[in-house]
Amino acid sequence: MEGIYLAIVLAPLIAAITVGLFGNQVGRAGAHWITILGVGISFALSLFVLKGIVFDGVPVFNETIYRWATVGDLSMEIGFLIDHLTALMIAVVTFVSLTVHIYTIGYMHDDDGYQRFFSYISLFTFAMLMLVMSNNFLQLFFGWEAVGVVSYLLIGFWFKRETAIFANMKAFLVNRVGDFGFLLGIATILMFTGSLDYYQVFALAGNLSEETIQIFPGTEWSVLSLACICLFVGAMGKSAQMPLHVWLPDSMEGPTPISALIHAATMVTAGIFMVARMSPLFEYSQTALSVVLVIGATTAIFTGLLGIVQQDIKRVVAYSTLSQLGYMTVALGASAYAASIFHLMTHAFFKALLFLAAGSVIIALHHEQDIRKMGGLKKYMPITYWTALIGTLALVGFPGFSGFFSKDALIEVVHLSTTPGAHYAYWCVLLGVFVTALYSFRMFFIVFHGEERIDPHAKKTLKESPAVITVPLIMLAVPSVLIGWFTIGPVLFGEFFNDSIFVLQDPGVVAQLGQEFHGPLTFIAHAATSSVTLYMVLAGALTAWFLYLKRPDLPGRFRERFALFYKVLDNKYYFDWFNEIVISKNIRLLASLFWRIGDEVLIDGIVVNGTAQTIRLFSRLIRTLQSGYLYHYAFAMIIGLAVILGWLVFSY
Amino acid sequence: MIVTVTHYLVLAAVLFSLSVAGIFINRKNVILLLMCIELMLLAVNFNFITFSRMLGDELGQIFVFFILTVAAAESAIGLAILVVLFRTRQSINVEELNSLKG
Amino acid sequence: MANIPTLSILIWFPIAAGILILALGSTEKGVRLGKIVALVASTATFILSLQLYSGFDIDTSNMQFIERFQWITHFNAYYHVGLDGISLPLVLLTTFLTPLVVIAGWEVIELRPSQYFAAFLFLEGMMIGVFSSLDGLLFYVFWEAMLIPMFIIIGVWGGERRIYATVKFFLYTFLGSVFMLVALIYMYLQAGTYEITSFHELPLNMREQTLIFFALLLAFAVKVPMWPVHTWLPDAHVEAPTGGSVMLAAVLLKMGGYGFVRFSLPITPDASQYFAGLMISLSLIAIIYISFVALAQQDMKKLIAYSSIAHMGFVTLGFFVVFVIAENAMGGEGARLALQGGMVQMISHGLISGALFLCVGVMYDRLHSRQIDAYGGLANTMPKFAALMVFFALANAGLPGTSGFVGEFLVILGSFQASIWLAFLAATILILGAAYTLWLVKRVVFGEVGNEGVASLQDIGPREYFMLVVLAIAVLFLGVWPAPLMDLMEQTLGHLLEHVSQSKL
Repeated sequence: MEGIYLAIVLAPLIAAITVGLFGNQVGRAGAHWITILGVGISFALSLFVLKGIVFDGVPVFNETIYRWATVGDLSMEIGFLIDHLTALMIAVVTFVSLTVHIYTIGYMHDDDGYQRFFSYISLFTFAMLMLVMSNNFLQLFFGWEAVGVVSYLLIGFWFKRETAIFANMKAFLVNRVGDFGFLLGIATILMFTGSLDYYQVFALAGNLSEETIQIFPGTEWSVLSLACICLFVGAMGKSAQMPLHVWLPDSMEGPTPISALIHAATMVTAGIFMVARMSPLFEYSQTALSVVLVIGATTAIFTGLLGIVQQDIKRVVAYSTLSQLGYMTVALGASAYAASIFHLMTHAFFKALLFLAAGSVIIALHHEQDIRKMGGLKKYMPITYWTALIGTLALVGFPGFSGFFSKDALIEVVHLSTTPGAHYAYWCVLLGVFVTALYSFRMFFIVFHGEERIDPHAKKTLKESPAVITVPLIMLAVPSVLIGWFTIGPVLFGEFFNDSIFVLQDPGVVAQLGQEFHGPLTFIAHAATSSVTLYMVLAGALTAWFLYLKRPDLPGRFRERFALFYKVLDNKYYFDWFNEIVISKNIRLLASLFWRIGDEVLIDGIVVNGTAQTIRLFSRLIRTLQSGYLYHYAFAMIIGLAVILGWLVFSY
Repeated sequence: MIVTVTHYLVLAAVLFSLSVAGIFINRKNVILLLMCIELMLLAVNFNFITFSRMLGDELGQIFVFFILTVAAAESAIGLAILVVLFRTRQSINVEELNSLKG
Repeated sequence: MANIPTLSILIWFPIAAGILILALGSTEKGVRLGKIVALVASTATFILSLQLYSGFDIDTSNMQFIERFQWITHFNAYYHVGLDGISLPLVLLTTFLTPLVVIAGWEVIELRPSQYFAAFLFLEGMMIGVFSSLDGLLFYVFWEAMLIPMFIIIGVWGGERRIYATVKFFLYTFLGSVFMLVALIYMYLQAGTYEITSFHELPLNMREQTLIFFALLLAFAVKVPMWPVHTWLPDAHVEAPTGGSVMLAAVLLKMGGYGFVRFSLPITPDASQYFAGLMISLSLIAIIYISFVALAQQDMKKLIAYSSIAHMGFVTLGFFVVFVIAENAMGGEGARLALQGGMVQMISHGLISGALFLCVGVMYDRLHSRQIDAYGGLANTMPKFAALMVFFALANAGLPGTSGFVGEFLVILGSFQASIWLAFLAATILILGAAYTLWLVKRVVFGEVGNEGVASLQDIGPREYFMLVVLAIAVLFLGVWPAPLMDLMEQTLGHLLEHVSQSKL
């Protein structure tokens, strides 16, 4: 099996290297065929692995590939851990990646950096696979940062745009803040367990829950809380949780295919995946879970609100991604890891679908992203319209669509959860449903229905996108509708994750919910009769319909009436302002202060050159003794002789 | 009056002091400096001869011959330097010869 | 194998080749021939040094490839050279980089090219001498003699303020090493020999240790350089020619770090223990304060120079945090992590900063400016170069998978075991390091074409491509699989750690 796992990882890597280094030789067609072949192999093998694990009962694979380094008794290794969680993740990652590869052929058709782009997304697939297949913290961190770097390169893909290269630097730096915490978390774990291997660490987690560490003199902190919170800081960076979410909306400067792949379906969910993977640690720390819960809930509702006022089609989807990531995080905090991963999976499909649909619209309108310059696109782009509708319905959680199963289950388990803060979180996610429906349908109606506000120039050539774009849409639309039906039973409520996720409470919240679960149909019926979620969805959709189709004049009036509220939303709660004006500016000020004052004036000016100056001054005084007149020197000699002689004579 | 060793020594000291004074006070001419140095050497010679006579040891007088030879050579070189100096600087005024000033 | 004095050949062959180049003269033909001699000699040296690598026994901490002859009988000084796991990687680093530096100067140096290449070969021989000397006096001779070629390289082929820079460099380092000489002589008087290994065993009381520690500290801290004796480095880098900067950053700075592990730690373990707090504070200041300073730079070479200081802060942090970890006695491998991390960081920094200086050299050769403002949008006209530059920048920011990550990672993991706050402060380099390097990349590589100069640029030719790609492969290799490097050091550092933990009092 090891060969297969290696092939899954290496196929995209080899493709990426080939296309990256020999882009000119292989040509455009060569570039996409090679990379698609690479990812295709990965996807096929991933399916094979998933089948093996789920149906054939292949045991969990946990082995070392090679020894990275040895320090004393600590061996750092690169290895794979293949269990249900990993198998599911690699299947999702390679599938979305494959569709995005195909889609890119159409989307990047006219771009000069065609080969470069394919090389990057293949490289990303490699990095993401390394991350999810890791069996130790070292490799996890490698994948963690590697996906960040490829994301950096891809956001700045159009490196001539000032906004793009600002956004990619911002993304990398914000992620680095997260990684900073992540690394400290790893260091904590290493210190107290003496190992970086998942299973060895997890085995010690129970003992560790009693350990404490002094961070400030006199206060004892639970080691596990510290480690988990530090790790979660990393997840906050990667999965864009407040307040480290600021990079994700800006990352939309990158080409749309990568927004779908990296900034919706895969990389941003790495944080969620990581916390789920670390469930044996998080379970022993109530504090950490509370932090996760509250931050997730806050992100879920507040970033959703921002989606309502955005005018850029990709940014609306980006804020929706933020909000949905908040949902997943809430589930993690509620110890409902399975629910979180379930939502991660469905979200990967429908959010990638929404992004690609948005991309289809953007490309049809010649790179127009402002929704105020769209409208009535339904009749021009039927496939895009229907797939976008499926994506939207799945996103808002309309019964029967995949998003419904995952989100409804998620809200229910939060309701059942006893983690401190769960009450707050429940209200957040519940209100979030309304908000989600509102912004989703707002965008949908403005773009596809209503008055046509399209640029007349673009309208001439407006038509449905080519097959390389629509086929991936359809490929994603199918699981967006259906995946929930088949998987909710086994994946969410079954014993699917038993080998990878650990829940301390018995039965856990998911299991409690599972006791009432009798098939997807009754689940829908239950939701329709006794849950408020569905009404929230309908209310949101109706409000959107009323405001943006029926009475389009109303939003403007609201804007005037609640000017202050709008201003706060328009400025995204002033996070960017705070980062750029307060933090960044002051750091630069401090930097030049250190340089100009500290280095140039104090050390170089006073100490180093000051010494030289003092010596120069002193020698200037001394040198006046050197008159150059022979008789002065002779006189000095005589006097000196006399003094020495006198001293000798009189002292003896 | 009996001429004692002391008289000789006093005379030598006077000669020596004269030459030292000559070196310090003279600011005009390098030739005078050279002459003063010669005088200084003569004063030393005086002492040598005096003690040689007093102690009955000829070694002192041999030294005198050495010194005289060296002094002759020295003044020859000194005068040669002076001539070159005058050629290059058109002056042998001591006041102007301060190129070694720091 | 055993009878061939490989190490001596490594030391003296480049020097002999340098003399040959000088003898060939400055005629056109002589210069052409001289360049070829330089390339062949440095490459041959590198290949020969690989022999050392393959012949090195990683299972022992003893000195290997030893050669020992009577040198100055009267002072009981020997010509005694040998290698262990600490010095071998540094020797390899030196021999690896010299051919690249020769290649980097191939067409670029127009003023007295023969002398330029000869100077680098002299430098190479002497640096190998520094790393392999096992006799204190011999070490000192190489240590000081190495200043001469570097002084000349900066002073003759440097930029506008080269005289100021080179004198500053010389005086700074010289001031430090004079104190080291005093310490060496004192230990000679105590031990009756200049053997470094017998210095290690020398019983010294606390007062002696303190004095020796500070005398050595002055010499090594200037070389590393540690805050606050670092200000010569930016000036020297800015004014030095490309090859000079590369050698300076890649190898000369390592002499300081090498000095700490070879002399300070084993000779004065108790003083090192006592002053560990001071050393750690200075290292952290170097990491954080200097990173801030780097952020403010407008000159690319200065920026990389300051980044060097910050990264070398990790080396000294790794070396001295060992003592605090030992005090905490948490068990685990913290001390080893930190010590190994410091060593790996030295090698990795040598490769990465060398590569970055080569990158700046490539740009400087074309537009004759080091100012960040003078560039912008290089990716448009020089795509190959831009890719490599971004790669090295990311490596400098400590990206996993590149060698830059390994050292930082290990040191942070290790220092966490001393105190969470140490790790916290040290880990800020993740953010700050990324900030200054990526900001540099943003302003230089990305964006619209900045000006006409950039618009007219030619992408790198095969010569430049070769030297950068070779470095990139090395950086990547050590990042993906550092085990070959770390196994070399394993035994020696383990032995050192054992030695250090035994008090001499």
